Amino acid sequence: MAVDSIRGAEAAVRARGVSRPWRLLAGAFLAGSLLVGLGVGPVGIGATGIVESALSHLPFVHVHSPLSALEEAVLWQIRAPRVVLAAIVGGMLAIAGSAYQGVFRNPLADPYLLGVAAGSGLGATLAIAYGHVGRSGQLLPLASFVGGLTAVAATYVLGRSAGAVRTASSLVLAGVTVTLFLTAIQTFVQQQHTNTLRDVYAWLLGGFSTASWKQVAVAAPYVAVSSLAIVLHRRMLDVLSVGDEEASSLGVDVPRLRLALVVAATAGTAAAVSVSGLIAFVGIIVPHTIRLLVSTSYRAVVPLSFVVGAGFLVLADVLARTIVSPAELPIGVVTAFFGAPFFAVVLRSARTMR
Amino acid sequence: MIELCELAVRFDRTHAVRGVSLEVAADEWVMLIGPNGAGKTSILRALCGLLAFDGQATIDGRDVRSLGRRALARLIAFVPQNPVAPSELTVAEYVLLGRTPHLGYLGVEGRRDRQAVARALERLDLLPFAERGLGSLSGGELQRAVLARALAQEAVVLLLDEPTTSLDLGRQQQVLELVDSLRGDGLTVLSTMHDLTLAGQYADRLVLLDRGTIVAEGAPRDVLSPETLASHYGANVRVVHDDGDVFVLPQRG
Repeated sequence: MAVDSIRGAEAAVRARGVSRPWRLLAGAFLAGSLLVGLGVGPVGIGATGIVESALSHLPFVHVHSPLSALEEAVLWQIRAPRVVLAAIVGGMLAIAGSAYQGVFRNPLADPYLLGVAAGSGLGATLAIAYGHVGRSGQLLPLASFVGGLTAVAATYVLGRSAGAVRTASSLVLAGVTVTLFLTAIQTFVQQQHTNTLRDVYAWLLGGFSTASWKQVAVAAPYVAVSSLAIVLHRRMLDVLSVGDEEASSLGVDVPRLRLALVVAATAGTAAAVSVSGLIAFVGIIVPHTIRLLVSTSYRAVVPLSFVVGAGFLVLADVLARTIVSPAELPIGVVTAFFGAPFFAVVLRSARTMR
Repeated sequence: MIELCELAVRFDRTHAVRGVSLEVAADEWVMLIGPNGAGKTSILRALCGLLAFDGQATIDGRDVRSLGRRALARLIAFVPQNPVAPSELTVAEYVLLGRTPHLGYLGVEGRRDRQAVARALERLDLLPFAERGLGSLSGGELQRAVLARALAQEAVVLLLDEPTTSLDLGRQQQVLELVDSLRGDGLTVLSTMHDLTLAGQYADRLVLLDRGTIVAEGAPRDVLSPETLASHYGANVRVVHDDGDVFVLPQRG
């Protein structure tokens, strides 16, 4: 009898992962965004054309592409790398945002909190100003990647020295300090090299106008490894929500866990920033939208952030290149301009739903 | 079950705890009492690995310091005075966190873990609350959820730091009765307690601490004397003995 009742009760004991409807919805959103991203542009290509063309490139599938050679080239050499790059950058920024928010138990934490942005920006600026690296140069991503990681390392060392207790807030304070310091250097360098300021400025605003398969290949391995690591830690992020002390009394080595998550999220972010420039807002808006609509447990927030973030940035990029076509808007302008009102609506409706 | 030998805890140069030796037998409930800053909480925190200490501490004959963090968490469940209750989790999700020391680093709960949680929820009458958010619980319900998380840990020792803070009188009694009944399941309890009357009613033994050292120890009727309480708490109290119970009543003037 007692055993039966426990069996029955066991059914009530479950952590909210991602339920099937939300899984399907998020998948459909990403698929739809990719199709829109591939199809919209000066040369319009229909969804069936895209799917059939994609199938024709697969081995053992005998479908003939209905597209002309020009359309094929536009689709696979210009749009596809751009859409794929936007997707992995958006997914990475969003999932890293969810990880930082959990690690620092701070809803406003985002990939730029620890100085990643300032460091990457400075790395790229130095490369352009002193290394004579062009905006589309091969070395630019590397320089910004190194800059971002260096900044985070500085933040971590400073945060550690701030006290024997490595609390979340001492790391955040260290991040702010490092950011301000690096920004000062950045301003100085920019002022000394006004002739190259345009290049730096364009890079800082972010965008995918120079996207290529090569850039995809540069960023993808980092993004894959780091988001996989974060997804595997989703339960640990829930454990961290009870605070350092209680997590520690549950047998968790909190400083090591925090370090592992920060390294994972930062490496991925730095890789994303190095190919796309600075794109704010995605890391905050996407995880919070999921919290408001789906579930507040990291078991759901983490995996959904990647999928939704990917779709979100692809759509933002479509807007960036169509609104003032043939010119392009900086994508950061689009994410903030459309993201902020959208988030306000979600915030409001979630409040009235309760 | 718990053995402390010459335990000392230092913050910078001042000793929070000094030369504390104490034994708690299996299934026993010992309460640490004493004025603010006497070192009660520091002893609990040292035992569960949150504070460094000098001296010797063993659980079930095993040296606390030689056990890994996870192994220690399988032996000791700690409930702090003000537990963090993340409002974003449901009761079931929160209690599932108690299974952490039984899982691998990146592990996910299996059937046995969910059964352990179901047992803990049932034990504390929380099954109907399983899907409720922690933020929607009352103070008493929340304290039960915290206890359920500790139970799900399936430890042999339960450390409670002021388990009745911020509960009304009825909830205080409920929680203490619950803890008392858990001892029947083979749990040894070491807790701190401010309310001396309740402490006298529920503890098998009281240990009075002052400035980091043990100044009195024994059955409630022996420890709770007006003279002892006056000299260590600086309190003016009347102690009433009635039918084996001890009542500590503050008085003015």
